[in-house]
Order: sequence, then structure tokens, then C-alpha cells
Amino acid sequence: MMNYVIRRILATIPVMAVVALFVFSLLYIAPGDPAAVIAGDQATPADVERIRASLGLDRPFLIRFGEWSWQVLHGDLGTSIFTNLPVAAMIAQRIEPTLSLMAVTLAFAVTVAVPIGVVAAWRADTLIDRAIMAFAVLGFSVPVFVIGYVLAYVFGLQFDWLPVQGYTPFAEGFGPWIENLILPALALGCVYIALIARTTRAAMLEVMQQDYIRTARAKGIGQAGLLFVHALKNAAVPIVTVIGIGMALLIGGAVVTETVFAIPGIGRLTVDAILRRDYPVIQGVVLLFSFVYVVVNLVVDLTYTVLDPRIRY
Amino acid sequence: MAELGVAPIRGSLALNPSYEQQTWEGIMHRRAFLKTVATIAAAGGLATPAISQRAAARTLRFVPQADLANFDPIWNTQYVVRNGAVLIWDMLYGADDRLQPRRQMVEAEETSADGLVWTFRLRSGLKFHDGEPVLARDVVASIARWEARDNMGLMLKAIEQELTAIDDSTFRWTLKKPFPKLLIALGKIGTPSCFIMPARIAATDPFKPINEYVGSGPMKLVRDEWVPGARAVFEKFADYVPRQEPESWVAGGKRMLLDRIEWITIPDPATASAALQSGEVDWWETPLADLVPLLRKNRNVAVDIKDPLGNIGDFRMNHLHPLFNDVRARRAILTAMSQEDYMRAIVGDDDTLWKPLPSFLTPGTLLYTEDGGDIVKGPRNLDVAKRLLGESGYAGQPVTCVVAQDIAITKAMGDVTADLLSRLGIKVDFVATDWGTNAARRAQKSPPGQGGWHMFHSWHAGAVCVDPSSYTPIRANGDKAWFGWPTSAKVEAAIESWYDATSLDEEKAAMRRLNRAAFEDVVYAPTGFFLEYQAWRKNVNGIVKGPLPFFWGVSKTV
Repeated sequence: MMNYVIRRILATIPVMAVVALFVFSLLYIAPGDPAAVIAGDQATPADVERIRASLGLDRPFLIRFGEWSWQVLHGDLGTSIFTNLPVAAMIAQRIEPTLSLMAVTLAFAVTVAVPIGVVAAWRADTLIDRAIMAFAVLGFSVPVFVIGYVLAYVFGLQFDWLPVQGYTPFAEGFGPWIENLILPALALGCVYIALIARTTRAAMLEVMQQDYIRTARAKGIGQAGLLFVHALKNAAVPIVTVIGIGMALLIGGAVVTETVFAIPGIGRLTVDAILRRDYPVIQGVVLLFSFVYVVVNLVVDLTYTVLDPRIRY
Repeated sequence: MAELGVAPIRGSLALNPSYEQQTWEGIMHRRAFLKTVATIAAAGGLATPAISQRAAARTLRFVPQADLANFDPIWNTQYVVRNGAVLIWDMLYGADDRLQPRRQMVEAEETSADGLVWTFRLRSGLKFHDGEPVLARDVVASIARWEARDNMGLMLKAIEQELTAIDDSTFRWTLKKPFPKLLIALGKIGTPSCFIMPARIAATDPFKPINEYVGSGPMKLVRDEWVPGARAVFEKFADYVPRQEPESWVAGGKRMLLDRIEWITIPDPATASAALQSGEVDWWETPLADLVPLLRKNRNVAVDIKDPLGNIGDFRMNHLHPLFNDVRARRAILTAMSQEDYMRAIVGDDDTLWKPLPSFLTPGTLLYTEDGGDIVKGPRNLDVAKRLLGESGYAGQPVTCVVAQDIAITKAMGDVTADLLSRLGIKVDFVATDWGTNAARRAQKSPPGQGGWHMFHSWHAGAVCVDPSSYTPIRANGDKAWFGWPTSAKVEAAIESWYDATSLDEEKAAMRRLNRAAFEDVVYAPTGFFLEYQAWRKNVNGIVKGPLPFFWGVSKTV
């Protein structure tokens, strides 16, 4: 087991290296020029050229990539072209809102999706099942930003229950913190709920056909115990897998959600950096996202052994 | 997503005030209830920090026009950076609401009879935010950094014999030839403006960003609370001593009635609109025209023109390559284009927000002239335009039109241009892209088929287009000119004569020649003059119209 974990952690290194090369190359060939953005609209082409030179953007690809790789290997993600601040510091500044958003979304989504998926399977082919699946299709189909706008309009503007934008750090109190996260988490959670609920239903339907479920039922186990103890545990592997895969959805969705709700998180940092062509920030953030994704997959794999003792690495 | 800004519609229920009142009281109770529950639920009963009414009244939450990622006003010449910089850094002179330079940090100046030697004395008691006094050597270092990046600064540098500090409060500028516009240069609000920094900071290469944001302006940056791209917080600088004169734009006494200003970047206009309506922010610098009717329906929100000097739309053509290296092709565009089409695309149906512009200068200002502007007046003539195109040798080759889609103004102009070109029988290669790409591509001098371009769109603040001092896009000095690289000896001669002018009449004559020449050689195609709105909560007082947000004199009640 420990060997497997170590092997997996070591395997992240080449993965990250490929990601780094890919991102750097992509940005190199992508159109756009941070010097032109910095120089502003009144600057002359000569000003733009001088800024480009001062940023080192006129140097060959291999030299730039070599320097950046060397920095990253030493734990330095570089300095933002625009803010002149270390990328690591900028990420650290933005990580709390994003982690908070993802954690609340995850908690909310799993809390809602798993029970309704179980209920849908239990009441398969009934009106309840169809209603839940219709909701799932809707949640999956409607873009996050549309849901976000509707929620902000209804609960922010019409009812004045919740703020429509911003983020309050957890250190300033749980109340203000959660108040700012409810609407974004609801918006972001819809697609996630849909995904998990559908998977839960499918997995549960399969498990409910198994002999041991029939045996358990014959032994007179109550419906709740049957569903949530016997069936759900055995259906958990695909559900956990989908939750893990869904992290990518969550990361992508956070970019949009943070923009709609003006949350100063990593997602907005990414969008701003892309629009400005702040290459070191883009590279740093993509590396971070890749790392998170690799780690989440590792955690999911390890969770299998807990859920299903037959699985061994 | 304009729906987000819709004011509450409660149908017939709105006819029953008592019901409405009851309902909203209930809602408010629910909100209070939710807050209470959330607070109690917090581990250990973490309390919501209560901001006192007085503190709330002294804190202004402002939504700027764009993201504020950096504060160096010399290195980064975006307007939003300058707008933040005027809080932190002071200037030797400041432009008033007639764009006249007035003494700001300077107590008095003296000019030699031949106009070659200028001696300046600083006001006493000026201090930087770190407590150090503002000295003449700080000023000299700051001017030197600014000179390297500003057009007028470069002109001054070219004729500079000596710029030196005589003592702690006096500095002298010796020139090789007179420069009548010196005070305009020092007080202009066109970017980069001449902000005064401590000498150690001003020693930074002007093409590299500074790391310390220490100025002597009325507010100081709270560095710990700065989240680049999302939030910047300014606090009142207790040691700032405003001038005695009344405030007028960046001139006069900058009396801060607020203790704290929070700049909150909200990238999505619909969200900003909702935040203003719900009272989460106090002042939104540039609401979209589309959202203004919704904001006006909110009884707590005031909407007014942001800047009477407005903006001038710019349809920019590349003078280096066919088709638009031929003046007949450029004139064909002027002959065919309808400024009304462009303006309506930008501002919608609100006729108070725009006017046709047979000029390159800002209407309503001292030097405004329409000389030579007949070509954009009256009914549009596609036949004449097509004939001119034919004479220029156009034979159906594609014309590359680069359009930034992420900026409403450039997108609107791009759509009108695409239609105009197709009506002229021009084959359009419409490159829909983002502003970052547009900004990079417009700097390419290569032929359009090899990464270059034929045309793009931009716009210029009216405050910049009042005279040539900061008006880079009107220059026609070929390779050194703004993107499109127009060449026109007549335009350049007129600009030079403006710099040399010593009276208003001479300046006006120079601008008449400039306008005529710019239309004859079509430096660019002005698409019209348009205004923008600003919006604020009605409990905020003292907001004035101007090319940038002025926070001095602004107050707030709770």
C-alpha cells in the first residue's frame, strides 16, 4: 500500500513536467502581448517594445522555458508581470476563497445528491424518480453563470436575503463567511448534484438487483437500513469516482462562479491573468490545478480500499 | 443578463402599501433571522464584526472601470492606474475643471525673461506617507522618471540643459529653448501624469515597475489589504495638508471627508449593477448604458453623466500597407461611414449620450474646431466611396478587421464596420478576438496576411483630445506615431505650431490647421463623440463629473 502511494506520488512528477511544458508552449504560441496591455492606449509602439524587452519577452523560447523550469524546481513560481508580486504569494492570497467555495459546494452537493440519487433508485420509474432525473438533466444542462444570475436576482435583489457578490474571510466569523458562499455554492453545486445523483441512482439500481440485497430484505431489514447501509456502501465506489472526477468540473466551474459573484479566488485570478497575458501567473495556476487534480485522483484511488476491502494495491 | 438589474416588480401587490410594507418587513426579519442562526451556529459563537454607523459613513465602496492590478502610474499608463494613483501621489500642478494647470505641490514658480530658466519652490509641510518630507531632489528624480515615458516629457528632455535641486524646497529647470507648455506638461491628467515619489523609488527604471507605493497624496494604500485584481483599500493620510483653494478636479484643496475607500473590482456588469442596487457598493464608475434604465428605477440610486468631456471613437486604419496606404481608400471610409450608426451601436437609443463629430477634438472645449470636417457631415454617399475605392486600386482582396469582442465599445464599432465594409463591396476578414490579442496585434507592422492588420477600433478620453499634449493617436510622424503609423507633414507642422503658440488665438489657429490636415490625410476615422454614465447610492454626496473619479469632497451618510 505504502509502495503504491509512493509510486503514485512519484508519478506526479513527470505528469507535472508534461503539464509545465504544455502550458509554457501553449502560452508561447498564443496570441497576445502583456507589454501592449501594460503600456496602455496612449503608448507608442516603441514604448511597447521597450517594455517587452524589460520583461524579457523578446528572448528565445528555450531560454525562457529553461529559466522558468529552474525557478519552479526551486519552489519559485516566478513574479507576476503586472503586479510585480511573487506568483506564490498571489496564489496564497487567493486560495482561501476558492477552497471555501469548493468545500461548501462539495458538502452541499454530496449532502443533496446522494440521498436523492438513492431515493430515485428506490422509487425507480415512478414520478419521484422522473422528477429527480429531470432536475438532474436541468442541473447538468443549464450553465453555471445562468443559475448564478437567477439566484443573485431572486435571493440577492428581490428578497435581499444574501449578498450578490464578494467574499468575507473565515477569520471574520462563520456567519459573514457562509453568507457570501451560499449563492455561489448553490450555483456551482447544481451541475455537481446532477452528476452525482445520476451516478448514485445507476449504481444503486445495479446493487439493488444483487442477491445479498434480496437476502437482507428477506431477513426483514428496514427500508432505510437496506438502502443506506447495505446498498449504498456497495454502490459507493462509482459514486466516489464521480465525485473525484467532478473535481475538474468544480475547478472549471469555480472560474465562472467567482467571476459572476466577484469572489477574489484562484478562478478569477486565472481569468484576469489570461486576459492580461500574465504568463507567470497562468503557468503557476495551471500547475496548481494540475497538482490538485492528481492528488484528488490519488485520494479517490485510496478511498476504494476503504470502501471495498477486496481492492488492494 | 440584463434581468439581474430589474427593479423589483410586484404587480398588483405594489398597489397595497401596507401589504408591501408588511412583506418587506417580513423579509427583513427573515434576513435578520438567517444571520442570527448563522451566527449562533458558528463554533464558539463567532460574532459578526459590527462596523459602527460612523465608520460605515466614512467608508466608501467604489467599483472602478477596470481591474487595478498595479499602481505604478509611470510604468503602466492605463487610466485605471492613474485614477488610483491620484489618491496616493500628488502632482506639482493639477488640471482644474477647465483643464488649466494650477499650483498643487508648488508654492510659486519663476521664469526667466527668455523663458529658458524655470525655478520652482515647493509648499512647506509636504510629507510622504512614510513620514519623510518631500524634498526638491524627490521632485527632480520623479520628473526624470516621468520624462522618459511621456511624450511631452521626452520633448522637454530633448531641450533640457539642467534639472537640479537648489535646496530642499527649490529646484531649477534650465532649457535650451523655451517651452511655453511646461506647466501643462506637469499638470496634465493624460497618462502618464507627472506624479511625485520619493527619490529612492523614482530611481527605478521607468520601463520596470516600482515595488513601493509611497506618495504624498491625500490617501495611502493599505498594502496588507490589497488583493491585486480584486480589491484595493486606501486610508486617509493624516499628515496631508490640502491647499486652501476649493477643489476642482485634480487642482485645489483635496479635502478628504472619507476615512477609507475600498476599490472593489467587479468584472461582471450585471453583478456590479446588482451590488449597487442592493447597497453592497456605493459608487459604480462606468455602468453599461444597457443597465442604466434599470438602475434609474431604483429609488436609492442616482445616475448621471460621468465625464462631460466624453470620448471620441477611433476607427483606425493601417497606413503602411495596401489598401489603406492610399489616402483615397481612407477617404472612401470617411465618405461612407455614418457616425450615427457607430454611436447608436455604442450607447443605444439615448440621444443625449452622443453627437456627430466632424472633428478630432473634444466638443465644447476651448480649441474645438470643425474645420475640414465636412467629409463626415450630411448624407452618406456609398457611390462616391466606391469610386474612391476603385481609384485606390482595390481589387477584392480581403481586409483584416481586428475586433476585440470582450469590450462592449470595440465590439459595437466592429460590428458596424463589418456592415459598412460589406456595403462598400469590401471583402472582410473579421478577426473576432479579445482585447489582449488586439493590443498585441495592432503593434504588428507586418502585412495583414502575415500577422498584421488593416483596421481596429479604439476610443480616446475627451480629456486627452482637447489639445496635442497627450493626444498620441493624432500624431502623424510615421514610425513614431500611434498604431497605424500615419505620416502627414501638415499634421505634424500644426502640432508643432501649437507647442510654440504663445496666445490662445495662435493655439486655435494651429488646431484649425491640425483638424483640416487630419481629415485630408485621414489620420484616423472619428466615429463620433459619446458620453458614459456613472451611478451611485443617493446617500453619497459630492460626486462631480470629470474624466476620472475625484474622491475629495465626497461624503456619505448611513
